[in-house]
Amino acid sequence: MQVPILKQGEFLIASIQSALTDTDLLQLRDNLVQRAGDWRARGVIIDVTVLDVMDSFACRTLRALAQMLKLRGAETVIVGVQPDVAFAMVQLGLSLEGVMTALDLEEGMALLQRQTQRGGHNVRSSARAH
Amino acid sequence: MDDKTTFPADTSSTHALQRELVRHLRDMRESLRLEWVKQMTAKGLLAGLTPAETESESITIYDTCVGCLDTGRYDAAQDYARRMAERGVLRAMTSEQILGGMLTLRDVYGRTLADKYQGDMERLYRALDIYEPVANKILSIIAIAFIEERERIVRQQQEAIRELSTPVLQVRPGLLILPIIGVLDSLRARQLTEQLLRAIRANRAKMIVIDMTGVPAVDSKVANHLLQTVDACRLMGAKVIVTGLTPEIAQTIVTIGVDLSRIVTVNDLQGGLEEAERLLGYRVIAIHEEAA
Repeated sequence: MQVPILKQGEFLIASIQSALTDTDLLQLRDNLVQRAGDWRARGVIIDVTVLDVMDSFACRTLRALAQMLKLRGAETVIVGVQPDVAFAMVQLGLSLEGVMTALDLEEGMALLQRQTQRGGHNVRSSARAH
Repeated sequence: MDDKTTFPADTSSTHALQRELVRHLRDMRESLRLEWVKQMTAKGLLAGLTPAETESESITIYDTCVGCLDTGRYDAAQDYARRMAERGVLRAMTSEQILGGMLTLRDVYGRTLADKYQGDMERLYRALDIYEPVANKILSIIAIAFIEERERIVRQQQEAIRELSTPVLQVRPGLLILPIIGVLDSLRARQLTEQLLRAIRANRAKMIVIDMTGVPAVDSKVANHLLQTVDACRLMGAKVIVTGLTPEIAQTIVTIGVDLSRIVTVNDLQGGLEEAERLLGYRVIAIHEEAA
């Protein structure tokens, strides 16, 4: 199952559509690291709303992905972690440390806009008030 | 008493004796019941009951007990015990009142049998053999009904406390407070976290202030629950501020060596709310200051 990667301004959105195998995840990682550089993305949002389980492999891959994207010049935000998933993850000791998180796509966009603005390179005029 | 076991078990004469006992207790009903009520009054077991209630209750209990002896079936006693337990617990009758009353009735029955058969020890023993198991069974039925009723009420109240005790309140768009009152155990901590996570999604919350002022004690388990809650909230994109850690709790946490440095802590609820508002980009200005 391929994960579609959408371009929205200077951000990329990877919208996961169904449960992913480990291979799918690795492919998503490779694709995103490639595209982020190609499209000069400043931020990447990974939407995991449909996932009803996040195992240690998924967490490790996402953390590695965030670090790789950072090296390629983009911030990463994971959005849409469901309450049950969040609870199960902390019970397993998985907390996605070092990766930014947001409630949903909208909040993720707002967060990225604030973050990239702070870097001083942003020339947008319509940045949100807070 | 050992020699009574040597009597041949004569079922027909036992049955006849049982009939005789039932007849005797029915004949003597009024005088024995009054004697029973008198003894209970003397022991102060009837406090809070009106004379009319005493009369109707005592008649019902007396007849139910004799009925059990007569039929050898305990359904009626069980039904009655359950109803009595419900009413008794509701009306705050003590277990001493109810069990004491039944023990008194047992004594009254026993005494009248002793009076009736005092000339014939062998018959008396056989009568007691018939009567005592029935009396004991009735007593245990009532004791169990009473205890079960108490336990049912305790369960009900625990449930109610559990539901009441974890309110998640929105004070501003995106800002929730979670005041924790009382002891946190694993079950409650788990419920609390799940409720909080659902509230985060429902209210689109970005900041959570968890107020621990009402938590009397913290151990390593509770501290770890707190860490888990904070991590889970972060996974949903919400930030947590913990407030109201009393000096004692602060000391315990440092002494047991739990590292809470990952958690943002603020002295009290007011401070926590102010910090949360600041992070959310609110500024609260008094009207007169704004005008100035």
